[in-house]
Amino acid sequence: MPSLKDLRNRIASVKATQKITKAMQMVAAAKLRRAQDAAEAARPYSQRMGAVLANIAETLGDGDDAPKLMTGTGSDQTHLLVVCTAERGLCGGFNSSIARLAREHARKLLAEGKTVKIITVGKKGHDILRRGLGDNIIERIDLRDVKKLAFVNADEIGKKVIALFEEGAFDVCTLFYSEFKSVISQIPTAQQLIPASAGESVAAQTAGDAIYDYEPDATAILDDLIPRNISVQIFRALLENAASEQGARMSAMDNATRNAGEMIDKLTMSYNRQRQAQITKELIEIISGAEAL
Amino acid sequence: MADAFKFELVSPERLLVSEEALQVVVPGEEGYFTVLASHAPAMATLKPGVVEVKLAGGADERFVVFGGFVDVTPEACTLLAESAVNVNDIDRHDLEQRIQDAREDVDDAKDDAGLTKARTYLDQLTTLQGAILPA
Repeated sequence: MPSLKDLRNRIASVKATQKITKAMQMVAAAKLRRAQDAAEAARPYSQRMGAVLANIAETLGDGDDAPKLMTGTGSDQTHLLVVCTAERGLCGGFNSSIARLAREHARKLLAEGKTVKIITVGKKGHDILRRGLGDNIIERIDLRDVKKLAFVNADEIGKKVIALFEEGAFDVCTLFYSEFKSVISQIPTAQQLIPASAGESVAAQTAGDAIYDYEPDATAILDDLIPRNISVQIFRALLENAASEQGARMSAMDNATRNAGEMIDKLTMSYNRQRQAQITKELIEIISGAEAL
Repeated sequence: MADAFKFELVSPERLLVSEEALQVVVPGEEGYFTVLASHAPAMATLKPGVVEVKLAGGADERFVVFGGFVDVTPEACTLLAESAVNVNDIDRHDLEQRIQDAREDVDDAKDDAGLTKARTYLDQLTTLQGAILPA
């Protein structure tokens, strides 16, 4: 049985923790709004990009001159997994659910006898995947110093991936991130990046049978466009991830604050009980002492 | 009065303009060209340069873009810029930084193709600097 002093100390410490989690929740809520705005602002570009890409792809068809990035190398022996996670923890199951999805994917591929290479973006994903898949990680990208996510950050990752592809280091590239549905729901998602799957959904709304003038020419444009599209996809994934991370942190901290509140109530209750018991005990001692005289 | 068409300028970070325009001048890879309503469908890559927009409302806007694409249809003109800024907001330091980076790229270029590409980009940037920053 803890003494009264112990209980008092514990209540004080839980109260301090609650203040911290409460503050973190409010910070996450503010950051979430900003991250959500950024994700929404970036949406038009990737939509238009998808439309343009579908348009050109349609014109060119699946001819021989279609770039490798789109058609693939024809084999699927080596897989590259780009796993995007957060730089910080304390956000519920956010990091571990992305990592779990990536790990399951990697295990499955390894069981099929395929080669798996991993690039981790963000410190937490690296920490988790290092255990068990450490030998497969070929690179880790840190975004810790990045205050505001800009397109150049995604572009750097995209260029690295393309450079690796051109060296023939892998055949299929899959991107792992968490899609932001709402504050309480973030869905870990795997998206195939290379060979690019041109969005079928956008194909319908383009000009259709119009004959386009290309400047310089369609293949040159496509060669330029596809790498950019990869960067755009990564950028979108990073933005979705940023919003998801803040959402996950917000609900995790909300839970923590509530738990701390419950704990304080319980501790206060037993503190009061014990105090009352002690007073009663002292009274009995005094009374029985007086009666004995 | 000329017909209006839909003009959109999008950068990866955000949608900059989405309005009716009468005329747009675009810095194509192979030279500036003007888009009017009912332009034949075209698609072109862009070089760093200035986009001039005559809006249907009468206002003129100028934007600096650093590479990208333009998708022209008879009804619309969509400009996907790698990075775009309004001329009024252009930051002298940012431009100088880009030129500095381009110079380093020229120095670091390993093969002829890379060197030509880096040199062209640097040239385009310096021309741009001369055009928008007189003084």
